[in-house]
Amino acid sequence: MMNKKNVAISGNHRRPGLTYWEKSQNLWGWLFIFPTMLGLVILNIWPMLQSFYQTFFRTGDFGRGNIYIGGQNYIQLLKDSEVWQALWNTLKLTLLQVPVSIAIALVLAVLLNRKMRGRAVYRAIFFLPMIAAPAAVAMVWKWLYNSQFGLLNHLFHTKIEWISNPAIAWISIAVIGIWSSIGYNMVLFLAGLQDIPKDYYEAGAIDGATGPAAFFRITLPLLSPMIFFVLVTSVISGLQVFDSIYMIMSKSNPALPKTQTIVYLFYQYSFVNGNKGYGSTIVILLLAVIMLITALQMKLQKKWVFYN
Amino acid sequence: MRSSKNLFTTLLIHLVLIIFSIIMIIPFAWMILTAFKTVTESTSVNPFVIFPSKWLPDAFITVWENMNFLLLYKNTLLLIFWRVVCACLTSTFAGYAFARLNFKGKNLMFALVLFQMMIPSQIFIIPQYLMVSAIKMTNTIFALVFPGLVSAFGTFLMKQAYMSLPKDLEEAARLDGCNILQTFLFVMAPLTRSTLAALAIFTALFAYKDLMWPLVINTSNKMMPLSAALATMQGQYSSNYPELMAASLIASLPMIILYLFFQKQFIQGIATSGGKL
Repeated sequence: MMNKKNVAISGNHRRPGLTYWEKSQNLWGWLFIFPTMLGLVILNIWPMLQSFYQTFFRTGDFGRGNIYIGGQNYIQLLKDSEVWQALWNTLKLTLLQVPVSIAIALVLAVLLNRKMRGRAVYRAIFFLPMIAAPAAVAMVWKWLYNSQFGLLNHLFHTKIEWISNPAIAWISIAVIGIWSSIGYNMVLFLAGLQDIPKDYYEAGAIDGATGPAAFFRITLPLLSPMIFFVLVTSVISGLQVFDSIYMIMSKSNPALPKTQTIVYLFYQYSFVNGNKGYGSTIVILLLAVIMLITALQMKLQKKWVFYN
Repeated sequence: MRSSKNLFTTLLIHLVLIIFSIIMIIPFAWMILTAFKTVTESTSVNPFVIFPSKWLPDAFITVWENMNFLLLYKNTLLLIFWRVVCACLTSTFAGYAFARLNFKGKNLMFALVLFQMMIPSQIFIIPQYLMVSAIKMTNTIFALVFPGLVSAFGTFLMKQAYMSLPKDLEEAARLDGCNILQTFLFVMAPLTRSTLAALAIFTALFAYKDLMWPLVINTSNKMMPLSAALATMQGQYSSNYPELMAASLIASLPMIILYLFFQKQFIQGIATSGGKL
């Protein structure tokens, strides 16, 4: 037995006796990761299990008076048209917000990716929404959208009820999301564009690929890993929209049922209605949707993402 | 011929960029313009008032007196400070270990870190809330900082930074007789300063923007950060837009000033950290 072990080790080109440095790696390694792992267990792993556990209970206030109800929360969830409407609202919002933001950010990044006057100023302006507090952003948009006194209706000479018409409100919310995320996405694309070697374009120019042809044949394929990354992360954060709904859609707003997102509903059930069991069930649904969509994107990436 | 075409292209590019700049700025401009108006002016339709007839600071004075902004700044600053310190400190140690040390269970532990990054954070909120209330720590700075004590994302980011450093440096330090802690502290850690700065900016920005957790955990007006205080005040001043806009400006100004000074670091920080998320 002993012999076999030694053979196995030497077969891996390991020296027979561990040096001090190698032995101490075990100790130091664990010491170094200990604070992080302890934190992750307390703050994330345990809470995640706890949330899952909660879905089998009806919760009284402050988590007290838990009553075991088996799978009833899940049965209620399946029949709850409000939840499915909220899920549909969330998907619609993401489906509009993410592609538009990525497309605009991509165009702006390509336009800015050259030596030009005012480059830093433009970049700083586009990034500005990222710096503002979401509550402030939501308030000013609510004010711009105001149907009576708002700037938008004045500028367009319209009388549109931007945030109380159920057919329009979700688009208005998406516009805020687009406006807020363009600069962030653009900065990531700019970083990706700078990694594309210049000689690719020179070689392309010799073959006649300039302007739009260069964009579609060179820029887009070489940037596709970054686009994929931005797509995946924006979809995940799009599915978690809360701030703008919470700030803009008041309880009496007739468009609320057609606009509220899944995270907003989770917040309402968990912290306003105090039913943490059902709130947890809603968040488990969100987790399942995010995992499903992300897995789907990972699968689809083989069709369009170009890795060299 | 060629140069006139180039000039045309340049002008066209600037035109597109200027149009988008205006779209990005309008909400901020409208915030400022509204904040200096009277309520009557802000709700005047006929004629519609774009520029205030007199630039009155009244709304600023009222909200400054009604909301304890100095306290809100202090809460926000402490929230940001502790989250940045904790996340950077724990992540830099863990990142180094995951990148450069071999220890038992490393792969499993790192899988836990990655797994956590993919989970929507709302799933943690209820249990985190119950924990903080169980130890009777709601309405404290500790409660605000709590979910950000460690950072899976930061750990991942720092691991990437350490992996990109050359191996010879460590070998040299080791031959000079440094133990692992010394090698890490004196040789390796200083080389990741720029990534650490990126992580700090990223953490600070998201701590400042976080809304749901502060709303849930600190319901006392005295212990709120700016984001939650602004959200709460909206209910109280519902239709006084000059005051709402003035408060929004007062809340946003410190971060915007910081941004204007450290613009390059902000954007680079987001590009480095965001790009590797």
